[in-house]
Amino acid sequence: MPSGPSGAAIITALDQARVRFVAAVPDIVTSEGLLWPLSRDSRFHLIRLCKEDEGISICTGLAFAGHRAVLLMQQTGLLDSINSICAIAVKYRQPVCMIVGMQGKEADQLPDRSAHHAVRIVGPILDAMGVERISIEDTGDVAALASAIDAAYTQERPMVALIGREVTA
Amino acid sequence: MMRRDDCLRAIARVRGEAIVVATYQAAFDWMRIDPHPLNYLSIGAMGQASSHALGLAIGLPDRRVIVLDGDGSLLMNLGSLVTIAGARPANLFHFVCNNGCYEANGSHPLPAADQVDFAGVARAAGIREVFQFDELVQFAAALPEILALSGPVFVNLRMVPGDPSPQDYSYIHSEAARAAFRAALATAP
Repeated sequence: MPSGPSGAAIITALDQARVRFVAAVPDIVTSEGLLWPLSRDSRFHLIRLCKEDEGISICTGLAFAGHRAVLLMQQTGLLDSINSICAIAVKYRQPVCMIVGMQGKEADQLPDRSAHHAVRIVGPILDAMGVERISIEDTGDVAALASAIDAAYTQERPMVALIGREVTA
Repeated sequence: MMRRDDCLRAIARVRGEAIVVATYQAAFDWMRIDPHPLNYLSIGAMGQASSHALGLAIGLPDRRVIVLDGDGSLLMNLGSLVTIAGARPANLFHFVCNNGCYEANGSHPLPAADQVDFAGVARAAGIREVFQFDELVQFAAALPEILALSGPVFVNLRMVPGDPSPQDYSYIHSEAARAAFRAALATAP
């Protein structure tokens, strides 16, 4: 089975992108390799959420305050947050950066080709909303993350990184 | 019972240079009562005022952040009380304008409008400083002390609507509103 991206590499990318705040609802794809290490890393301020759409607004408030943040969640949470993503991140052109674990996606398939409906629809929904997205399947893909976050902040628009395999510690 | 516009006038008298995050009917009244550049009005999605405010409060720990929420709005993001309690922002002051209905959407009653205890919910969520008022004189008198507390603070205001305000949705959603806030924040003392 192909291995997933390195959590340490993702954390380095977040640091390079000057992210200092992480708002999160736990997600099994990123839990062990990313969220637990982030929770122990003093460079990052972790805000634990009850529900994912809170994070859209919290990241927006932080952006107004001059801070970079990411929202870490599962794709089910992203789907549950469509109204806030549309109304706040897209319509208001806010740099909300989302790292999304694709729970249920097959390790050898890209998200748009998954056999699982709730995985396959995520990319097309983001495209329909006009939200930039990158796919992170392995550690090599992490190279695009810092610049994608940087572009979201400089161009004042949201972005999503879809994490397609379980993040490794 | 207090009127909302009277309550908001009392808050306006003591806000100082606080950021005020206001939503729906409270926002429309607030724009009329205190059109200050540090008003944050672009909430976008119903229920999200408290979460925008939490982001601002965490990001600007030296500045007071006041939320003027609605009761229907809060019900759409009730978990935010728990998130706020967990984050413990000392500078966040959450006022809920409680009139028991979805006023912006036809004044239909909230579910269990005559039973829900917002102050009790806030306490149970873990917020330590919780108040409730239904008389203006007591509320106005207590406000300076409430705003001097270390937050997060939650205040349930049982009220009725006051004079109607124009529902200027186009402004609260406008880039102009966000640009004005951004510019004010950049130059605020």
